[in-house]
Amino acid sequence: MQFLNNIMEKYRPHFKKGGKFEKYGPAWFGIDTFLFTPNHTTKSGAHIRDGIDLKRVMIIVVFALVPATFFGVWNIGFQHFSQLGIEKTFLELLWYGTVRFVPMVIISYGVGLGIEFAYAVFRGHAVNEGYLVSGLLIPLIMPIDLPLWMLTLSVIFAVVIGKEAFGGTGMNILNPALVARAFAFFSYAGSMSGDKVWVADSGITDGVSGETILGTLAAGKETSLSVFDMFMGYMPGSIGETSVLMILIGAAFLLITGMASWRIMLATIIGGAFTGLLFNLWGLNVLMNFPWWQHLMVGGFIFGAIFMATDPVTAAQTIKGKWIYGFLIGVIAILVRVFNGAYPEGMMMAILLMNVFAPTIDHYVLEGNIKRREKRKLKNLTI
Amino acid sequence: MSKDIRIKKGLEIKLKGTAEKTLFDLPRTDMYAIKPTDFHGIIPKLTIRVGDKVKAGDILFYSKKNESIKFAATVSGEINAITRGAKRRILDISIKADAKDTFKDFGEKDPNKLDRKTIKKHLIEAGCFPYFKQRPYDVIADPNDLPKAIFISSFSTAPLAIDESFAMKDMQEAFQTGVNTITKLTNGKVHLSVDGRETNFFDKIENVEIHRVFGKHPAGNVGVQIAKIDPINQGERVWVINPQDVAIIGRLFLTGHYDTTRVIAIAGSEVENPRYFKTKQGVRIEKLHNQCVFSSAQEMRIINGDVLSGKWVRKNNFLGFYNTLISVIPEGNHYTFFGWMPFTQNKLLSMSRTFFSWLTPNKEYDLDTNMNGEPRAMVMTNEMEKVFPMDIYPMQLLKATLVSDIEKMEKLGIYEVAPEDFALIDFVSSSKVEAQTIIREGLDLMIKEVG
Repeated sequence: MQFLNNIMEKYRPHFKKGGKFEKYGPAWFGIDTFLFTPNHTTKSGAHIRDGIDLKRVMIIVVFALVPATFFGVWNIGFQHFSQLGIEKTFLELLWYGTVRFVPMVIISYGVGLGIEFAYAVFRGHAVNEGYLVSGLLIPLIMPIDLPLWMLTLSVIFAVVIGKEAFGGTGMNILNPALVARAFAFFSYAGSMSGDKVWVADSGITDGVSGETILGTLAAGKETSLSVFDMFMGYMPGSIGETSVLMILIGAAFLLITGMASWRIMLATIIGGAFTGLLFNLWGLNVLMNFPWWQHLMVGGFIFGAIFMATDPVTAAQTIKGKWIYGFLIGVIAILVRVFNGAYPEGMMMAILLMNVFAPTIDHYVLEGNIKRREKRKLKNLTI
Repeated sequence: MSKDIRIKKGLEIKLKGTAEKTLFDLPRTDMYAIKPTDFHGIIPKLTIRVGDKVKAGDILFYSKKNESIKFAATVSGEINAITRGAKRRILDISIKADAKDTFKDFGEKDPNKLDRKTIKKHLIEAGCFPYFKQRPYDVIADPNDLPKAIFISSFSTAPLAIDESFAMKDMQEAFQTGVNTITKLTNGKVHLSVDGRETNFFDKIENVEIHRVFGKHPAGNVGVQIAKIDPINQGERVWVINPQDVAIIGRLFLTGHYDTTRVIAIAGSEVENPRYFKTKQGVRIEKLHNQCVFSSAQEMRIINGDVLSGKWVRKNNFLGFYNTLISVIPEGNHYTFFGWMPFTQNKLLSMSRTFFSWLTPNKEYDLDTNMNGEPRAMVMTNEMEKVFPMDIYPMQLLKATLVSDIEKMEKLGIYEVAPEDFALIDFVSSSKVEAQTIIREGLDLMIKEVG
């Protein structure tokens, strides 16, 4: 790749400090550093550095999303044609899904990264890699029938208000992908919930009923899906959220590489299971009676627990805080599901709410540390 | 009676080129120097001029702020030059050495029979006080203070660090005498921590409380040991001193001479024959350099100290005042195509498992000075905590320090840390945070605002 580097080397000086395109340096180096890890050497502090950088971290998460994405794309085709009663081969289903899904990805990355680059140039800071993950997460948590213009507006809102307004990657309070979803959810409720959005073209094709399990339960009906279907993900839902199996493969990848907090994942699942179990004991309606372990397998619960709650920027940052934060997400998600008929999916609300409270949780964990230090000081004074 | 301290957090960085345990007596060289830049925050006031003849132990300069912090000549000879840098800051004072040292005679003394005042005066006059560093702030101790305790770490866990028990095998008596002297400087204890994995002469040192420490780097850092043994509270002062410097103090009392003989090592992947040298403090690095064979023609970096917290120096510079190690590693001035692609670049070491290097924990690495990425906002959490074995939240402390929030820094434990404790955070940070620099600036702010 020396050849490509030679070409880049020819233009680099123009974008460096003092070059004629200095202003556009952030955009140029956003691309340059993507191709080539730069030749910067240590100037102060430790003379050697760990091989990891933020690009690698983010790409790992994208890799972890691949199984769920792949399944989601297939499932778009499968749900569409199985509801119509048309037999199609595996590849045909995949192709249909690809045609439907790729425009969403292009819009998400194109619009999102465009804004990120513009902000980087405008503010003169380096392009941060955070959006690499958000850009894939956003289409994965949307229903397939969401019009592309709504997706575009959601992405703009998420990046500008959810992230850049706070200072960009690392400074945001709320998970940008969930901000996008929440924006669409509250602005275009008709396209984000109900029984006509989860299966491709269900709104315009007769005879297709694309209700999610949670939608069915919220309507007071029993679900007819088998546990195996739930686990494998053969059901309608947001594109990436349906297959527990694929999400767990991604989770295993994240945990082996150590790029996401196992504490948050575990705590969220414990929280959800605990609350589900309590409601099972209470058992007033169908949603309460829905077995606690199946609660964990439907809707966005597991997807949220693995990929959303663990976002290190918006989650609690202390170890103790992570346990509390995760547990409360699990609890609140099930609470919203059971008590609020208008929002059959509680995971989004739960994570956004706990994003807001994460700094508070950390504050009290830190207070504990501070108190310990003060106590030690007082003890020493009295001796 | 010794106590065990087990440190679970940390990271062992295995680098190629550990010094072989053979001792080579470096011939006397022509030039030695003392570098005021080794003493953080000290503004030197010179007492000599270029051309003056000095004996080993003669005072060269003292601190402008505190006249009882004095610095002595390490060899006898003629003052060769006083090199100044920007703003006329003194960089080094070099001495053209005589063929054989003549020492200023301070007289043989038995520290056990002297009182604190006499010992202090003796140490000040012989220029031995700068060997004591004070925590908080990691600066030279004020001789007028009475420290709560004094800590000595007899081993280092840093990459390529020297084995002090090998280096000091001929300094045992001097070390014991030094310890006897130091015990007179505090009403509290003198703590000596030893490497739990081995037994050596440090175990038999008397007049100290011995702690056996087990664990990965930074277990050998004295700051970490203090945190486990007797943490520093606000308003307290403790002193720390390196083992070879204790021996220098010991020799002062045994022989009456300020004799800065040191056993140091040159190590690192660039050195073909890494080994130990017996020389004196402040020796010109070039002379050591000429004794070594270097593996390739590529650019290399010479570091006074270890690769995590040492100082970058040129070949014509001098061995640092406190250093017992010169590390030589390759420069990393190169581009890497798709360097971020997971599971590639496996020649790099990483604490994360996004490289296959975690499958080979015993491999020795040949790391260069490339940043392996660009600085970013802090994103990953719980990364710093993994290599920070103290009851402190490192990321929160760094953030408080970045915004100069003095009250919060105090509350989160700024008094308990030194920059070197954050060296591994520099290393592991995926956002390439310059933690040591941030903490040093934070400590300087505290000195200025709180004192």
